[in-house]
Amino acid sequence: MSDVKNETATVSVMNQLPDASIVGQSPLFHADLATVAKKGPNTGGVSFKEEALLGHITLRMNADNAEQMSVVEKVLGVALPTQPLTSVSQGDVVVRWISPDEWLITVPGLQAFDIETAFQQNMSGHYQVVNVSGGQTLVTLSGKHAKDVIKKSSPIDLHPSEFPVGKVVTSVFAKSSAVIRRSGEETFELVIRRSFSDYLWLWIQDASREYGLVVEA
Amino acid sequence: MFLIYCPHCGEHREEEEFHNHGQAHIARPLDPDSCTDEEWGNYMFFRKNPKGLHHELWVHAAGCRKFFNVTRHTATYEIKEVYKIGEQPKVVE
Repeated sequence: MSDVKNETATVSVMNQLPDASIVGQSPLFHADLATVAKKGPNTGGVSFKEEALLGHITLRMNADNAEQMSVVEKVLGVALPTQPLTSVSQGDVVVRWISPDEWLITVPGLQAFDIETAFQQNMSGHYQVVNVSGGQTLVTLSGKHAKDVIKKSSPIDLHPSEFPVGKVVTSVFAKSSAVIRRSGEETFELVIRRSFSDYLWLWIQDASREYGLVVEA
Repeated sequence: MFLIYCPHCGEHREEEEFHNHGQAHIARPLDPDSCTDEEWGNYMFFRKNPKGLHHELWVHAAGCRKFFNVTRHTATYEIKEVYKIGEQPKVVE
């Protein structure tokens, strides 16, 4: 892969969430999780929460390019994880390793445009930054039986020796796919596709019925 | 089910996450315009179907979405080795 230098490409970027006055609808908007949370039980083995309207940014570049890596660190305040299947977090920013040349960055929703713009202004050479916030959403499963729900849905080995806190895998999840990150001993973050979010919401309700599902809003 | 080692993720994963893309190391003719029909036909359509070692292209479709090569025994299904694109197999008949 050769780096393209001295190229003044203009990239059109669009602010998907210009300001907080425009009401965004997350992929699970129709499920009205706030009402479900009020009605539902307060205790159970699994807690479900949608981290709605986060900014999701896909970054693709060559990890051997030290100049680009330093720009990333400047923009995000944290260096990209280059070890396979790892993640780093700094405040609200989480960077997930997806493949040797691809990372998924999640930031608070209103920051996505600023970060995307900062990449376009500061990076040079061969790279790609795409704001994919509209295409996916992040849900967390936590609690004593969160891992049991994931075990039903995915072939991933979740034993702490194989899947420590901070590890990220992209895998099959209930015939769909998910980027699964262990953010705590009993907490997992799933990045799921918008078009599958309703199906997975139904799936998770069904799979966690035996443990008791607590919906948080 | 296979447990397949992905050389990009650096760990074994279930076969469910992968797709087989058939025979590996098929070089596209450098000058397609000057190929005979037979050469082009062989390149496009003809594949090995061995009973024994087979070098195959796999993709970690549900994972890192990277391609890599596998040497697999087609009778026992045993995976002899996994190696990245651009490398040559060590296990050969």
